[in-house]
Amino acid sequence: MGFSKDHLLARLQELQIDYSKYEHPPVLTVEEQAKYVSSSEGALSKNLLLKDKKNRYYIVSAMTDTKVDMKVLSQRLGLGKGGIRMAPEEALSELLQVSLGCVTPFAVVNESARDVSLLLDQKFKNQTRCIFHPLSNDVSISLNTLGLDKFLQSIGRDSVYIDLEANPVVGKDQPPDLAVYVPSNSVVVPELPTKTASIQTASKNVSAEKTKPVASAKPSKLASNVKSAVEDSALLVFKNPEKFVEEILDKTTALLLSEGKGENVEALAETFRKRLTSEFTHLAVMYKNTAYSQGFYAGTQSQPKRP
Amino acid sequence: MEVDKKEEIASDSSEQVVNPWEVSAKDGGKIDYDKLIDQFGCQRLDESLIDRVERLTSRQPHVFLRRGVFFAHRDFDLVLDAYERGDKFYLYTGRGPSSEALHLGHLIPFMFTKYLQEAFKVPLVIQLTDDEKCMWKNLSVEESQRLARENAKDIIACGFDVTKTFIFSDFDYVGGAFYKNMVKVAKCVTLNKAMGIFGFSGEDHIGKLSFPPVQDPYFRMTRDVAPRLGYSKPALIESTFFPALQASGENGKMSASDPNSAIYVTDTAKDIKNKINRYAFSGGQDSIEKHREIGANLEVDIPVKYLSFFLEDDAELEHIKKEYGEGRMLTGEVKKRLTEVLTGMVERHRMARAAVTEEMVDAFMAVRPLPNMFE
Repeated sequence: MGFSKDHLLARLQELQIDYSKYEHPPVLTVEEQAKYVSSSEGALSKNLLLKDKKNRYYIVSAMTDTKVDMKVLSQRLGLGKGGIRMAPEEALSELLQVSLGCVTPFAVVNESARDVSLLLDQKFKNQTRCIFHPLSNDVSISLNTLGLDKFLQSIGRDSVYIDLEANPVVGKDQPPDLAVYVPSNSVVVPELPTKTASIQTASKNVSAEKTKPVASAKPSKLASNVKSAVEDSALLVFKNPEKFVEEILDKTTALLLSEGKGENVEALAETFRKRLTSEFTHLAVMYKNTAYSQGFYAGTQSQPKRP
Repeated sequence: MEVDKKEEIASDSSEQVVNPWEVSAKDGGKIDYDKLIDQFGCQRLDESLIDRVERLTSRQPHVFLRRGVFFAHRDFDLVLDAYERGDKFYLYTGRGPSSEALHLGHLIPFMFTKYLQEAFKVPLVIQLTDDEKCMWKNLSVEESQRLARENAKDIIACGFDVTKTFIFSDFDYVGGAFYKNMVKVAKCVTLNKAMGIFGFSGEDHIGKLSFPPVQDPYFRMTRDVAPRLGYSKPALIESTFFPALQASGENGKMSASDPNSAIYVTDTAKDIKNKINRYAFSGGQDSIEKHREIGANLEVDIPVKYLSFFLEDDAELEHIKKEYGEGRMLTGEVKKRLTEVLTGMVERHRMARAAVTEEMVDAFMAVRPLPNMFE
């Protein structure tokens, strides 16, 4: 399972981050939370888990009175007008390892959330303290944004504060200002009833990438078994002439398909030489070494000729 | 050529210290390579020399040359003269196999040597000083030999040509003609001189004396001795230090004992991404606004430094330096590109390493004829 709230609080203490803790009955909404945690303790936050059409996820954490316009946000991320929506419930448990009503910036501590983009309201920075759930909705903690930043840094994240109410023009000459925060990896969150869906997707990812067997497939036991089988067959490229030629043609055609649009033929030929020479030479040397070694071994074992 | 003992042992922080055991800059600043060149009496590997290499080898000079990673030499110009005349030379490099974990810093000399082998079409001898490590690091003989073989696999994976490369481990090979040479060299070096060069004292066991650590002083000593034995002096090419991930102000070399200071050839894509994101010292500013205003400090930024070692495309590197230095590109982007580049490298290495069989190691390490070593 994911990080527990106790685990998180212990980590905050280890990092010497100052926070105040408030325990209360489980709350599902900000209104309810406000009943137990007064505004004198800090600024309450509203936290949304959003998802785009390419299965990329975003946590937006904002002051309760900040207006978050989904259409504007979607455009600023470069996803077009209706590109973003609230994520389904499964995503909360699968990705963030939290329950309903518990989305919080701290959820990114989980490995499962490594590809989730975290966008924080810059108005938080003007507050002495802000209030978030520490992975459980029966506790709230208030802390200064510097404390939050320190925590995020400790897990290798940059803190991203943005003006959520800004509505800049996005057009041909004005690139979407938040596009850089779109995660580079999408995540497959299985539908609740059939868990098997995720395993099938994982193996599909792995077998499709024959040429890069150790690629960024989602970690799972099944995937690693499939991975080593794929790796063994990938090593054939150094022993088997057909596989060798296939590898060369695969790489060359891939480059052709990605670079070949509209380039003149001479420039394309140059690109090929530049990009492929070193890799192919390496491949060829290992092929040669393999052949030589096999021959060498055979030589050490061979019987002398009968007189 | 004597080396003053005082220079080697000095640890005064007002001077920069470079010796086989310690690397530190002056008052926490940058290592002054020009001073190094003066201090050690070698020459700068300048543009004209690099152009000459390009002309003679009819290929683009290696990225390490273009970026000034290999920046100094002794008599490399004489080697080029010999090559132009049609005379033959061979390459020598080595490794003290002290740990199984090889990181990118370890691979650099081998990557460069591989380029030299391909560009000049010359044979290569690689020495694995398992005996040295056995003595200095207090490993058992068997363990040192095992590590030597394991390291050999990573070295072979760099892409050396078996028809032109001989790898040997001291424990396996020393004896016969090699031992005779060793004795000849030893006769030319007095105890006092060895103590002067390497800073030995009465407490060091005698094993260390008969095998000085393989570093520049050893080669300088060899260069001194060689003519007296009737051989030509070996030429040397020297590289800058590869910084650790956390190096602030270029103070440290990567260390095999601190796993977070380096990227290892066994790291997964995830490890690499994490290490870069978490530990690579960034020259970016604290806040985005400040960063966009001032730009990044390229002098201390580790990701850009790493890219200058490993990103082949000169134009792309220049673009990144410009955009990042002027604040338009953020640290995250630079780190992402670096992660891509390093992951690609490590993946390729791992594939090649997986293809190195015990038989292949045996072949590389066998004493055998190399009839095609100059082709």
